[in-house]
Amino acid sequence: MNAAQQIDRDAVSDRTQPLLKVRGLTKLYGPEKGCQDVSFELYPGEVLGIVGESGSGKSTLLSLLSGRCPPDSGVIDYRLADSHKSAGQWLDLYSASEAERRTLLRTEWGFVEQNPRDGLRMAVSAGANIGERLMAQGVRNYQALRAAGLDWLNQVEIDPARIDDLPRTFSGGMQQRLQIARNLVSGPRLVFMDEPTGGLDVSVQARLLDLMRGLVRELDLAVVIVTHDLAVARLLADRLMVMRRSHVVETGLTDQILDDPQHPYSQLLVSSVLQP
Amino acid sequence: MNAATQPRPQPQPQAPRDEAYNFAYLDEQTKRMIRRGLLKAVAIPGYQVPFGGREMPLPYGWGTGGMQLTAAILGAEDVLKVIDQGADDTTNAVSIRRFFARTAGVATTERTPEATIIQTRHRIPETPLHADQIMVYQVPIPEPLRFIEPSETETRTMHALNDYGVMHVKLYEDIATFGHIATAYAYPVTVDERYVMDPSPIPKFDNPKLDMSPALMLFGAGREKRLYAVPPFTRVTSLDFEDHPFEVQKWEHNCAICGSHDSFLDELILDDQGTQSFVCSDTDYCAQRVSQGRAAQ
Amino acid sequence: MYVAVKGGEQAIDNAHKLLAKQRRGDTSVAELGVEQIRQQLPLAVARVMTEGSLYDAELAALAIKQSAGDLVEAIFLLRAYRTTLTRFSASLPIDTSAMQLNRRLSATFKDVPGGQLLGPTFDYTHRLLDFTLLAEGEFPGPESQADAAVQDCPRVLGLLAKEGLIKEEQDTGASVADITREPLEYPASRAERLQALARGDEGFLLALGYSTQRGYGRNHPFAGEIRVGEVEVWIEPEELGFPISIGAIEVTECEMVNQFVGSATELPQFTRGYGLAFGHAERKAMGMALVDRSLRAGEYSEEIVSPAQQEEFVLAHCDNVEAAGFVSHLKLPHYVDFQAELELIRKLRTPSREQAQ
Repeated sequence: MNAAQQIDRDAVSDRTQPLLKVRGLTKLYGPEKGCQDVSFELYPGEVLGIVGESGSGKSTLLSLLSGRCPPDSGVIDYRLADSHKSAGQWLDLYSASEAERRTLLRTEWGFVEQNPRDGLRMAVSAGANIGERLMAQGVRNYQALRAAGLDWLNQVEIDPARIDDLPRTFSGGMQQRLQIARNLVSGPRLVFMDEPTGGLDVSVQARLLDLMRGLVRELDLAVVIVTHDLAVARLLADRLMVMRRSHVVETGLTDQILDDPQHPYSQLLVSSVLQP
Repeated sequence: MNAATQPRPQPQPQAPRDEAYNFAYLDEQTKRMIRRGLLKAVAIPGYQVPFGGREMPLPYGWGTGGMQLTAAILGAEDVLKVIDQGADDTTNAVSIRRFFARTAGVATTERTPEATIIQTRHRIPETPLHADQIMVYQVPIPEPLRFIEPSETETRTMHALNDYGVMHVKLYEDIATFGHIATAYAYPVTVDERYVMDPSPIPKFDNPKLDMSPALMLFGAGREKRLYAVPPFTRVTSLDFEDHPFEVQKWEHNCAICGSHDSFLDELILDDQGTQSFVCSDTDYCAQRVSQGRAAQ
Repeated sequence: MYVAVKGGEQAIDNAHKLLAKQRRGDTSVAELGVEQIRQQLPLAVARVMTEGSLYDAELAALAIKQSAGDLVEAIFLLRAYRTTLTRFSASLPIDTSAMQLNRRLSATFKDVPGGQLLGPTFDYTHRLLDFTLLAEGEFPGPESQADAAVQDCPRVLGLLAKEGLIKEEQDTGASVADITREPLEYPASRAERLQALARGDEGFLLALGYSTQRGYGRNHPFAGEIRVGEVEVWIEPEELGFPISIGAIEVTECEMVNQFVGSATELPQFTRGYGLAFGHAERKAMGMALVDRSLRAGEYSEEIVSPAQQEEFVLAHCDNVEAAGFVSHLKLPHYVDFQAELELIRKLRTPSREQAQ
């Protein structure tokens, strides 16, 4: 539809324009299986949490948003970065070509899988994992790739001496941090995360959340994070969407929803967590 | 077409053709289909064109792709040379040369400059090729991305989208692990600054011979039913890093027969003590040098 | 001077002569006739015809004789011969519901219209070596009644379809590609997949089908119907404008009834897998039907997690002529590539040697 409306970038600053505009997004596998009629806007630097029980449609929604699976209906518009050759234009994700979507996914976007094995190349070293996006963008200098690898290991608190080690020799928490580094090396503006702390034990989770919170603020990332863990949502998300049986039942500021839920299902969700 | 520059024995005379089969075995419809594929391949250098590969009377993996290409382009006046590992007298080269001598009745030769078509497995001749020649390569796995991405659907998309970053991941990993790029043969190349191509399992020693060659290069993979081409005078660059450039093999030895110090050498083990000797892999090149040496004396 | 293992024409000729001698065996024993193979090894002939994609029992028997009983080699011989044949016409789809049945069974119903017909089968034999065969004892077999009344035998899955309980297969009317003439591209159509499976190696399909039963891509199969018998082949030449029968072929058909699927818009229905082979070849037809169904995972939005569900994996590796060729090519000389590897590994080992000093 409005795939390429030129916006007046001088008049409106980047921060006040949404990055992502989602309208009427629907994908159903069965009655109330999947997600339907989801609409929202996401602004630069904003963290949106999607919460709800298993089967509520969180993951389906994330697949649709991240360009992995076309919706039955609905539109996702993404505002291209200033560095892009069509800077500031809106890209209709599913009207765009596969080439455009893929380019987006390895440059301006990132995706952190729940299981780091799905998001890492397990058979190549940590350094190669971090360097892959840069190589895809045409970096052909080994020393430069090396330097980026060392820098990012530092940033995600992994000992740089482990740059040549295979991810399988890393702990679960380290693998997850490596996956984050591999995504952030290209300087994305928007990162999708699917239960990033899911498989980790509590102390490791805390450290990862702390790191993620720091990076999100420092790099001014917009994030869509799917989680069933309200503690994760409270720590990271600015805003929440509560999903149940394929519908968004409530949406609002994180504190507002967690402290004063309006929808009966949100109340149930919050109370079930708060009980000792 | 005979470009031999000095008096040497004439090509093997044409044997009578076996009339039980069509000229060069394949029927004319099939040859036309393959030629159409070849035209497309030449028009899009390095792009893998699917073709309706036929069952040949030789096993898959033994050169059926190369044979179909040769059959499709072979004319009665052509002079055919077939090499395997650089040698004309290896069993598979003999078998394929005989096949075409029998079904097409064409003249055959062992001498590179005299051939108009050279079908090869694993080598490019040392003697520089000229514009009247066509090289036909036998290809086992045409997809340079195959061992990184097993799915054909995905690799075709990667080619279409110029999505080749992962190729350099392998090279990066080699340098990180070994200090060098550790690919010795089937070393991937970029053709005409667009498609990444597997040059077939030639040693990387031969890769520079592909670049700006005056000869037409055709590649056929029978089992995988793909063909591709490098037209004459096309840029072919081997993948590398700025600070770790592509290099070819060098030997500390010279050929024990002709003394060559710049050809690809095969290592022979002479006795139980493991005594080594090195000789040219390109038997014709070696023989040429020996006869030139004698003439000079 | 050392001479590398380079064959030369004489060596090849000699190898061929030795092969002929090995095939013939002891000349004091009578030579095996092609007609004997055809008559007395019909199941081997059926397999060679099926995977060789050519219905010609005599040539299949010849191929078995020539290949000294190596069936993959015999299939290869038949395929290489088939390539050179001229195509006169494509037949109309065979109508297996009009089959002259030799055998028919359904595991899904106790009885079905037309009845169950056990026919010739190993199924209930005790696998005990029969030493009377060692003595070459003749066993004439029962008198068969050529005049038995031909009953109408509707296909079992057709009965389910009448109730709407099984997914109807839609004929899109699109022309069917010939995978022996055009390259298979992925994703393949079901027609192309079935062609590839029909040519596919019996052992490979059997193993994959088996893997689905053991949970790698489980699809809850029931043998809806297996039927073996003769069907007429019809062609419709353009110049005639009406179909004519050109003879009958023996085929084995298997239809599996598989787990049901439903969706937001459709009520649950059973699904099916299909297998067809030349001659009497039940194991092949059943393996094929199981794998056909598992390859339809995408169509039914099932999660693709197991080898038998992965189209590229199955279709790219099911052809035994391709597989045997590529494995056997390892016997060809590779010394140039190996030399390159030798040179490389020596180079890579150099620094560590220096460090050790």
